[in-house]
Amino acid sequence: MASWGEASESRLIGKRVTRLSGKDKVTGKAKYTFDINEPGMLYGRILRSETAHATVMGIDLSEAEALPGVKAVIPLIEVGNKLRYQGQEIAAVAAETDDIAKDAIRLIHVDLEELPHVVTEDDAMAEGAPQIREDWANNQSEPNVREDGDINTGFDEAAVEVEATYHTPVQTHVCLETHGHVAKWEDEQNLTVWASTQGVFGVRNDFAQHFELPANQVRVITEHMGGGFGSKFGPGIEGRTAVELARITGKAVKLMLTRKAEHLVAGNRPSMTQQVRAGATSDGRLIAYDMKGYGTGGISSGAGFTGPYVYHVPNSRAERVNVAVNAGNQRAMRAPGHPQGAFAMDSLMDELAEKLGMDPVEFRRINDPNEVRQAQYTLGAQEIGWHRRNSVPGSGTSVKKRGMGVGSGQWGGGGGRGTEARVTINADGTVEAVTGTQDIGTGIRTVIAMIVAEEFGLETTDVRVKVGDSQPGLPSGGSGGSQTTPSVAPVIKTAAAAAKQKLFERIAPLLDAPVGDLRVGTGTIYVVSDRTKTITWKQATGQLGMESISEGGTWEEDLRQNGAAGTQFAEVEIDTQTGAIRVIKIVAVQDCGLAINRLTTESQVNGGVIMGLGQAILEERFMDPVTGRMLNANLEDYKVPGTFEIPEIKSIVFDTHRKVTGVGEPPCIPTPGAIANAVYNAIGVRIRSLPITPDKILDALAEKA
Amino acid sequence: MPEKDKKQGTNISRRNFLKGVGTGTVAATVAPSVLIGSEKAADAQAGDAIANATIELTINGKSYQVEVEARTTLLTVLRDGIDTGGNNIDLTGAKLICDRGECGGCTVMVDGKSVYACMMLAMDAQGKQLTTVEGLADGDDLHPVQEAFIQHDALMCGFCTPGFIVSSAALLNENANPTLEEIKVGLSGNTCRCGTYPFIFDAVKTASGKV
Repeated sequence: MASWGEASESRLIGKRVTRLSGKDKVTGKAKYTFDINEPGMLYGRILRSETAHATVMGIDLSEAEALPGVKAVIPLIEVGNKLRYQGQEIAAVAAETDDIAKDAIRLIHVDLEELPHVVTEDDAMAEGAPQIREDWANNQSEPNVREDGDINTGFDEAAVEVEATYHTPVQTHVCLETHGHVAKWEDEQNLTVWASTQGVFGVRNDFAQHFELPANQVRVITEHMGGGFGSKFGPGIEGRTAVELARITGKAVKLMLTRKAEHLVAGNRPSMTQQVRAGATSDGRLIAYDMKGYGTGGISSGAGFTGPYVYHVPNSRAERVNVAVNAGNQRAMRAPGHPQGAFAMDSLMDELAEKLGMDPVEFRRINDPNEVRQAQYTLGAQEIGWHRRNSVPGSGTSVKKRGMGVGSGQWGGGGGRGTEARVTINADGTVEAVTGTQDIGTGIRTVIAMIVAEEFGLETTDVRVKVGDSQPGLPSGGSGGSQTTPSVAPVIKTAAAAAKQKLFERIAPLLDAPVGDLRVGTGTIYVVSDRTKTITWKQATGQLGMESISEGGTWEEDLRQNGAAGTQFAEVEIDTQTGAIRVIKIVAVQDCGLAINRLTTESQVNGGVIMGLGQAILEERFMDPVTGRMLNANLEDYKVPGTFEIPEIKSIVFDTHRKVTGVGEPPCIPTPGAIANAVYNAIGVRIRSLPITPDKILDALAEKA
Repeated sequence: MPEKDKKQGTNISRRNFLKGVGTGTVAATVAPSVLIGSEKAADAQAGDAIANATIELTINGKSYQVEVEARTTLLTVLRDGIDTGGNNIDLTGAKLICDRGECGGCTVMVDGKSVYACMMLAMDAQGKQLTTVEGLADGDDLHPVQEAFIQHDALMCGFCTPGFIVSSAALLNENANPTLEEIKVGLSGNTCRCGTYPFIFDAVKTASGKV
């Protein structure tokens, strides 16, 4: 059975190793798609609709075409078709400079017949609302209903009940490198595209299909990538447009989305509104849960969210619908559906606990079937100092009040098949590991190097890792679902083991020992039964002469495990005069399985917490019902966490076993619930709608008084 | 039917507005802006023409001659500029992220102080010492801030990193040993989406006193 070995035997695995791309990233040498400058490259831009709902009556490209420096102008929608949200593509240009492209966009004349729009869930669901999807009645999908047990029996047994409505708004991903591509046709049959993507091979296959090319004649490169968070899988219309503009002009074309377009069309986390009624027995058992909820993923569906979440409820009913609005489509965003559901569930848990007169942690202990989280509750409570918690929510007379809260989360992250890799040992002792995954900032490049270096007794920097290129034809899946490391690591491990075995076979005669007696040391290979027989790595590989050893690997299920449990504790301080909220500290206890690189794992957990904090207190897409436009499609009015919002974060990498589990998504799940519960504990008023902003806090305090 | 009234009542003006869809009413009525320097420069409408200029910029101690329009930003020159010899300047470390002086991704040093390169016109950068993230290291010897960022894993995707590095170096130029609060203030003009802030704070502390 394949295994990662014991922690005591590991020289690198499980340690803190600085990332291989570090030097390139701190010196500005790292080239992202946005940084590619090809000779004679043109700049592409897209004209987008400022109208939420309209029929295109005419498009006049002639003035734009006549502008000096403009090399191509193409329509992206046919006359007679409908535009269904602000930001939808109308036409595109390619020009010698980005400024000329911008000028040309202004010279495209579009004639529209405006149609009535709806951009908020309430407007879409209102009686007599304009119908914006022909396949849905009242702008709503058929309800999805899930039932377990019998809620009527459950409520009969309940000693306490809570009824409440929880809401989370639409969030946008805010990838700092916007979606984009640089496309270049090498000749009529060979296409190279630099893509800011989470899935090199998915993008390659899309282009191959769309432009009717053999897949091996499309090369997609993602050397470095500036943030995706679930929004960067397919090439999108902008990717196909870049390739088409390059085809027409015969030049390389760079087409990156503007910041505004990134907010409007490059995905978002759907909203959630849920009305829930739940009950618990007098001894603290959750017994009944009845929820009706809805959310919007824009004009598309996909507005799912979890509920009930994590905790065991024997009798439950959950009914969800998607609501269509005239806004850009949702895309997967870091743990899709989970942070919304977790916020509602953890808020509900605290409301029930209070009615029972129970400590929120104690109430969770009774109802959480997960053993890992049971241990995490103890550790997290200790670390935050739960005993210091405000015993009576809202008590005290000071202007600034502090409180603590807890939240939980659960994710899969077990990875899967579909990765091919090759580990090569050259006669000069150099080592290469190649696979078609991509490093989107999570540090998989370094993880690969660590695994190979551990296997060969080398240093991480001795291993040359090539990822983010479809050219070697070694596919790997997209980096989503926290699947990258658990999908890739087992294949690299077995490939390295196979290569090592081949090397041992070659040098066993030289060392006059059976192959099974050979071991790697640090930069050496020795005979375990006679340690005087030791040669250096380079002496060993020197035996290869003109040859190399190159081995593939297999995905061994024993090397990874599904299931990442997490618990977070938050401490906040509220200024009751201004409503200002400051998160003081977050303790994040995150199950990561075997964290191959503890340093980059901690970075991931910190990052998840901070994104969760943004959702909790800052982020919201504002739509204007009158104009149908997003009011804050920029980085000034759409608030993401900055230095002032960052609390003390204690990220605890909670190792539970020696198998690899992905951890990209889970750490953002428990944060909003923990913060919301801490706010309640501080001021004794519950905010059931994210983000928890000063105006909501002041309103709630005023209502209480 | 108020919906219908609304539509009919505004139909004509809306049609005019939509001629410039994507840019707003004002832009729709403005003729193409300048394209001086291109072969058909003379075609540009009189009154719209803004003279191009060949300027000299000193970037990372090296002198560059580059032709710019009045509207060309320093960031555009660094990233997309071609010097009068036909060479790409290709200093792509500074990034365009928010395009409105909000995120700090384009931060460079102008005479030792941090500046948003997306908010500075290239012409205004003449006669100043410009330092980009590419110019901080001394050959193979990294700047202490760069060393510390690697050591503390103060980066993930790395797209905001050049801006943070330059801001951190500029901060330490002014305050060799900042407190945590001073670091937060000093870097408040930079945004990271991966959430690397805690390790950035650690890195700046480590680099303190070494600049």
